[in-house]
Amino acid sequence: MAGIGGAETTAKKTRWGILNAVVVIYALFPVLWIVSLSFKSKDTLADGNFIPRSWTFDNYSEIFKTTEFVRALANSIGIALIATAVAVVFGTMAAYAIARLDFPGKSLLVGVSLLIAMFPQVSLVSPLFEIERSLGLFDTWPGLILPYITFALPLAIYTLSAFFREIPWELEKAAKMDGATPGQAFRRVIAPLAAPGVFTTAILVFIFCWNDFLFAISLTSTERSRTVPVALSFFTGSSQFEDPTGSIAAAAVVITIPIILFVLFFQRRIVAGLTSGAVKG
Amino acid sequence: MAEIVLDKVTKKYPDGALAVQEVDIEIADGEFIILVGPSGCGKSTTLNMIAGLEDITTGELRIGGERVNERAPKDRDIAMVFQSYALYPHMTVRENMAFPLRLAKVDNATVEKKVNDAADILDLGQHLDRKPSNLSGGQRQRVAMGRAIVRSPKAFLMDEPLSNLDAKLRVQMRTSVSRLQKQLGTTMVYVTHDQTEAMTLGDRVVVMRGGAVQQIGAPQYLYDHPANLFVAGFIGSPSMNFVPAGLENGLLRSPLGDIQLTDRIRRLVEAADAPSEVIVGIRPEHFEDSSLVEEHQRGGGHTFTSNVDVLESMGSDKFAYFTLSGEQATSAELAELAADSGTAEASGGGGVSLVTRIDAASTAKEGEQAEIWFNADKVQLFDPQSGRNLTYTED
Ligand SMILES: Nc1ncnc2c1ncn2[C@@H]1O[C@H](COP(=O)(O)OP(=O)(O)O)[C@@H](O)[C@H]1O
Ligand SMILES: [Mg+2]
Repeated sequence: MAGIGGAETTAKKTRWGILNAVVVIYALFPVLWIVSLSFKSKDTLADGNFIPRSWTFDNYSEIFKTTEFVRALANSIGIALIATAVAVVFGTMAAYAIARLDFPGKSLLVGVSLLIAMFPQVSLVSPLFEIERSLGLFDTWPGLILPYITFALPLAIYTLSAFFREIPWELEKAAKMDGATPGQAFRRVIAPLAAPGVFTTAILVFIFCWNDFLFAISLTSTERSRTVPVALSFFTGSSQFEDPTGSIAAAAVVITIPIILFVLFFQRRIVAGLTSGAVKG
Repeated sequence: MAEIVLDKVTKKYPDGALAVQEVDIEIADGEFIILVGPSGCGKSTTLNMIAGLEDITTGELRIGGERVNERAPKDRDIAMVFQSYALYPHMTVRENMAFPLRLAKVDNATVEKKVNDAADILDLGQHLDRKPSNLSGGQRQRVAMGRAIVRSPKAFLMDEPLSNLDAKLRVQMRTSVSRLQKQLGTTMVYVTHDQTEAMTLGDRVVVMRGGAVQQIGAPQYLYDHPANLFVAGFIGSPSMNFVPAGLENGLLRSPLGDIQLTDRIRRLVEAADAPSEVIVGIRPEHFEDSSLVEEHQRGGGHTFTSNVDVLESMGSDKFAYFTLSGEQATSAELAELAADSGTAEASGGGGVSLVTRIDAASTAKEGEQAEIWFNADKVQLFDPQSGRNLTYTED
């Protein structure tokens, strides 16, 4: 019996392994292709080989020589970080209130924030363009940060309130009984337990801001506040007559790196099941 | 340490639920007092008001003679153990127990010493550096107690601290809670819905029902002198037998036969202005196999014969169960007790059930007739309408 069972699980494992490999290759192939392109020299660019015949870092050194890309990178990092920070801080406060307090209009607030998150962004682009032009926000950092927060905040509130609901209410009461002020109870008990939720939310919000193209292309017009996804679409290469494919590939690889770093950095802090052991036996 | 006084304390929740009504309790310094009652009777609400976790709607709470209604929990110097233990999962056992001291800005050496002392008392020494998630239920429970005792508060509040443990551990922990309280001599308010815990632990027991205090007294006193039907039925296991009866000139007409009241009870009943329909309450241990009752005693009681439904031998004595023909006693209080113990459907219909505890030497057999005697001076009579004990005496 045991032998048969063992064989069965081995077969099962193999099947799952193959399936997983297929999915991973399917998902990663375009990425690897871009990486490969970014290392090819100009004349071998279109030779169709997956592994470059002649390796070169020219594409990378070139894009970092253009102010176009470097400015866009700085804009992207700055705008995404600020929007993420603001959304997470306000999202934490709002989610805490939603999970803990009973106040009039609570369900309305949750409903409206969900509504905003579902709102088609495209339909907001032209009104936002007009508004920002008349307020002088067009083609500025705040001009992008503000709409990002509008859409990131509901996302943050929604994810975070799910996390806050998981934290036993009694822990806060226990902290109060142990002599903590509400502030101390939040900082020393609730915040450490909410940290995984905050980090998860930060990752989601950061990715949303980092990858946005629609707002970025509609609400900017110069290098002053253009973010990388938009800058990429304006890439022409070093001279007008050059094929920019290599540069675009290199830039695409470069802008993936901050996201990977960001996720890796926070993922280590996301320890699943942190609240286990708080209550009951 | 300090005495705690609840003076007409009432709690009305924002949704309009009246959870606690005009509760008066005076808890002496160093006393171990138990709040007991069925689920939903307002025990936790009362405890949370003492703790400061719930606002008091009306009435006054005094600790050590001072009104504390408006004080935050942290300014009341009271420790609490929660039913769920509420341990901080991101802290080790040591950090959990040290938390109240750290908040009080106690210096490191003292924290170390107090935590170690508490760990010794609670036998947690070898677990100090573990996280709560790696501990067993009993160990978690002890950590929760440790966190409460480290800072030597004025009083301890415990909300069903043992109800999440398995039966054996619960009995064990019950003894240690009792020992701990004696050792520390700190005022303790302990909430439970388990009458056995209430009987075995407290100096005094407060029986609550529907947000109101029914009776306050020493466990034995409540057992012997219940003020009403609810207390009589709630305290004691197996619980008191209740049989409906008509009362005429000192004679009880009941499914147990016609019982002649003793002079003592007759006087009490007359003084209490009893109605003509009453409920007779008899504790299981006041019955005996009549063949084992000595001749001179027999006259002071009443004998009946019935078929033994079930006979359980406990070694030290036997429980004999009977079903007598007749209607079951009905009252609001009995219905509530049955609902709480989940026997509402089980005992429905078909006669009056009776539990008797008789001597192990009895030769009564299951399915056969047995002659049972009971002491007529031990019966208690209750008013079915108000639930009042018509035979209640102070001593
Ligand atoms: N936060 C609350 N809001 C409204 N009603 C409540 C609240 N907490 C408890 N109650 C009600 O108050 C009554 C007493 O509850 P509780 O004190 O928890 O009872 P116990 O601890 O004796 O089981 C119950 O009827 C319960 O439904
Ligand atoms: Mg309760």
